[in-house]
Amino acid sequence: MMAISTFSNQRALQKYNTRDTISAYALVGPSLVLLICLLIGPSLAVFAISVTNWQFGAQSFSFIGLQNFRELFDDRVFLSSLSNTFIYVAVVVPSVLGLGLFVALAIESRKEFQAFYRAVHFLPVMATLAAMAIAWEALLHPTIGLVTRLAVQLGLGSWNFLHDPRLVLATLCVIGVWQHLGYAMVLFLAGLKAIPSDLYQAAEIDGVDHPLDRLRYVTLPMLGPVIMFLLIVITLKALETFDTVAVLTQGGPENASELLLHTLYVESFQFFRTGYGAAMTVVFLLIVIAIIFLQAKVLDKRVHYS
Amino acid sequence: MIAARAHHGSAALRHVVLIASSLFILMPFVWMVSLSIKSPQEAFQQTISLIPSVFYGHENYQRAFVDVPLLRFMGNGLLICISVLVIQLAIAAPSAYALAKLEFRGRDAIFAMVLVGLLIPHQVLAIPLFILFNKIGILNSYASLILPGVISPFGIFLLRQFFKAVPDDLIHAARLDGLSELSIVWRIMVPSSMSAVIAFSILSVVSRWNDLFLPLIFIQDQQLLTPPAGIMLFRSEEAGNSYGPLMAAATLIVAPLLIAFLIAQRRFIEGLTVSGLK
Repeated sequence: MMAISTFSNQRALQKYNTRDTISAYALVGPSLVLLICLLIGPSLAVFAISVTNWQFGAQSFSFIGLQNFRELFDDRVFLSSLSNTFIYVAVVVPSVLGLGLFVALAIESRKEFQAFYRAVHFLPVMATLAAMAIAWEALLHPTIGLVTRLAVQLGLGSWNFLHDPRLVLATLCVIGVWQHLGYAMVLFLAGLKAIPSDLYQAAEIDGVDHPLDRLRYVTLPMLGPVIMFLLIVITLKALETFDTVAVLTQGGPENASELLLHTLYVESFQFFRTGYGAAMTVVFLLIVIAIIFLQAKVLDKRVHYS
Repeated sequence: MIAARAHHGSAALRHVVLIASSLFILMPFVWMVSLSIKSPQEAFQQTISLIPSVFYGHENYQRAFVDVPLLRFMGNGLLICISVLVIQLAIAAPSAYALAKLEFRGRDAIFAMVLVGLLIPHQVLAIPLFILFNKIGILNSYASLILPGVISPFGIFLLRQFFKAVPDDLIHAARLDGLSELSIVWRIMVPSSMSAVIAFSILSVVSRWNDLFLPLIFIQDQQLLTPPAGIMLFRSEEAGNSYGPLMAAATLIVAPLLIAFLIAQRRFIEGLTVSGLK
């Protein structure tokens, strides 16, 4: 009797019944298997490959510990790629957020042509970047480029935006801003719409009249969650920049436009230095993880309107 | 409210600012289309004009299809986008339902894995997948472009958020009616979360159509290239001396998504906002 009641109590305490668990796993099974085989497993495999000297196609390879990582930090191409990537992110992310907010505020401030301006600014988000990179090349081309011609006609001299090592990274930054601006704008517009208008009225009663003050005391705090989300997403998008480098510069001239993902691609899939490329991938992944944690931690405290 | 809005500065200033930024955004599109209808002579003329004196579009667009298998590239792109999307949804919807509505051992662990998957940039997987695909012999095939996309942690996450909002009573009633769990997914959960399904579909197709990284790594055969890799090939083959056809090809590659966007603007923007703010 005792034993039976304990047993049934245990059954009652058990949250899950077997039948439900089986049907749940039947539903979730395909996802689980693919998640492990195509995402989690390969991500872990990168770490394993990064401590070998494997070259794709070679018959054998051996464990070399952290040798690849040591070599990475002596590799001039990698080091300039790393610093270029940080510069690129440091320029593109604040510019996209700042300009995105500015454009969103301008669009939101009045009714006329709202849909038109919004659509225009959103076009680059949809457009195939590899194709648009070629359009940018034509725009900046020394002989057929519209921008270069305008510069000459305005007496600003001749420029070679994509082949001058001093200009090339800045040029890629401009294209990066062009590409992501619309994404930030759309999310800011949604965020602005969600701000209740009586908040502005309340602020006005409290003597907050100046538009800049309203921005500072009402709009920006209310946009906190959107800003945090965008900060993470745009940073990741900027870190993952590949198409413009691959199509326009291949990292040149003099590695001045080498960005992490392109360097990784060249080492792994053009030189087939698999182990070395994996080490670079690990560094890339660690940077991504560090940024996500850092921003989530720092910003989590500030986003909520206290 | 109107008083508050009036503070934002004059209407004229707003238009000046927005027209300036619109010009910046539109510049590459306009120059691309302009060059695509110019003759080679006119393209290299030093005068600045957007509309050519002689319309050369016919020749340029025709050559875009002849010089490279552009139609084939676009067909490949379409095939890959649709295959990936169908498989993604078929796999994500049932698991999103299980994660949202069923209680089972290991659920939190699986959801944690989905969240981890959400954070892994897909480029990180390139080397291991390259090795795996080489082992199973599918490098340089459609499968190598489809397989990396079939599991979408984002899709599972997004659908789960929406499925959670579906009332439990609906599910209980369906069970009493004798519906299987799988038919609950497809007949109740998915139809009641169509806005999420559409948002996800748009984002999936856009990112797949535009992706350059995977085809560049996995595909050697010209006939299997997708539009972004195809146009890169076109450019390197033309070596910079026939801008007209190249710009025509770029225009044609960019056009489908832009036209779809202009037709269903609200859907696209809502989709992006929904997925961003959920």
